Amino acid sequence: MEIQVTIVDREGAAHIVAAPTDMNMTIMELIRAYELAPEGTIGVCGGMAMCASCHCYVSSSEELPAQSDDEHAMLADAFYVEDNSRLGCQIFLKPELAGLTFRIAPES
Amino acid sequence: MIKSDILIIGAGPTGLFTVFEAGLLKLRCHLIDALPQPGGQCSEIYPKKPIYDIPAYPEILAGDLTDKLLEQIRPFDPGFTLGERADTINQLDNGDFLVTTNKGTQHQAPVIAIAGGLGSFEPRKPPIEDLARFEDKGVAYFIKDPEVYRDKHVVLAGGGDSALDWTIFLSDIAASVTLVHRRNEFRGALDSVEKVQQLKNKGLINLITPGEVIGVAGEDHLTSITIRIDGDAIIQPCDAFIPLFGLAPKLGPMANWGLEIEKNAIKVDNTLDYQTNIPGVYAIGDVNTYPGKLKLILCGFHEATLMCQSAYQRIHPGKKHVMKYTTVGGVEGFDGSHKQAPKAVIKSID
Repeated sequence: MEIQVTIVDREGAAHIVAAPTDMNMTIMELIRAYELAPEGTIGVCGGMAMCASCHCYVSSSEELPAQSDDEHAMLADAFYVEDNSRLGCQIFLKPELAGLTFRIAPES
Repeated sequence: MIKSDILIIGAGPTGLFTVFEAGLLKLRCHLIDALPQPGGQCSEIYPKKPIYDIPAYPEILAGDLTDKLLEQIRPFDPGFTLGERADTINQLDNGDFLVTTNKGTQHQAPVIAIAGGLGSFEPRKPPIEDLARFEDKGVAYFIKDPEVYRDKHVVLAGGGDSALDWTIFLSDIAASVTLVHRRNEFRGALDSVEKVQQLKNKGLINLITPGEVIGVAGEDHLTSITIRIDGDAIIQPCDAFIPLFGLAPKLGPMANWGLEIEKNAIKVDNTLDYQTNIPGVYAIGDVNTYPGKLKLILCGFHEATLMCQSAYQRIHPGKKHVMKYTTVGGVEGFDGSHKQAPKAVIKSID
């Protein structure tokens, strides 16, 4: 099962990509799978909400999972934070996220 | 000058296990790490998190994995240079390498094993205009000597353990301590959060939440910061500003060592021995890249093992040896210890 999502990279280019929903993948991993941010600048902690290198701005209104305490706390120490900031490693790709659009935050 | 057979740069799991495999070949190792303790990411980022894919350990905490590796390599008596970053590399006339750290410590070895993970951990610096101009002139990203802050007006920023711990510590010696954090919640140890709450209640510190430091100002030295509180920008005079937003790994000076870099990692010959484009310099674990590379601890262990066989040939050209199973050959430590599988007891029945 795949959905389409739009990823806007750090240079501002939009990429519409196919995202599997049955592989327990997160949007951070999707960015890595399509190599849309250089290795070493995304998912540095491996996906534990402990580094904010996968900080994204979600710019569409799909229903997202609520922030966990870990994500909430990490975003409090992240840079360039906006109201729609999320950590890509904490959002798992699910069928209900079809059409999701997000932008990768600047590297910090 | 610290001499060893293999100088390992990076004391994470791969670097630590290299000491064991080298020790079986009677090669002595020394490790350099920018962090003050061994373990790499396992001890710095996620010591209390479980790992599920270490063979034979259905579950092990990253901190415990580090402890067990240290126990495993103890017989081989490794040396450690901790809290220093390997900055430069030069090759000497005899073929050995000379590696110098940022603190000037010199290390000489015929083989270098770079096991640097994603790089050395550097402080995360907030994107505040002019911040770099005041580095060492009032702005610091970690505290080397707290006495520097005696009787000074200090502002700290961050919501983790370092920010809380230093707020508590400096409240005793500084003229004033202000802690600024973007949220009301802190993710430090509960005990530290409660202590900071008490200090605030007693008026011994100034806690600003939610707030964010957005500006720094001064002439030659920092004299004030700007804090955004509820949409207002407030200028607060201070002598020091210490942003404590954790550490992030950077490949750093190693990127200028003449090594072939691809995807922010060091390219190696994975069909043979994980050697880089500089003969005698190997890269193992998360720091390397090759077709099919997986950044897994267990892959790092494998790479370290093969690399040590190649290092042996480089250090002892032509000297024969055969890989021995530890169950057969035991483990003979440099410290005089000897582990050996117990011999079978043979007894006749009359």
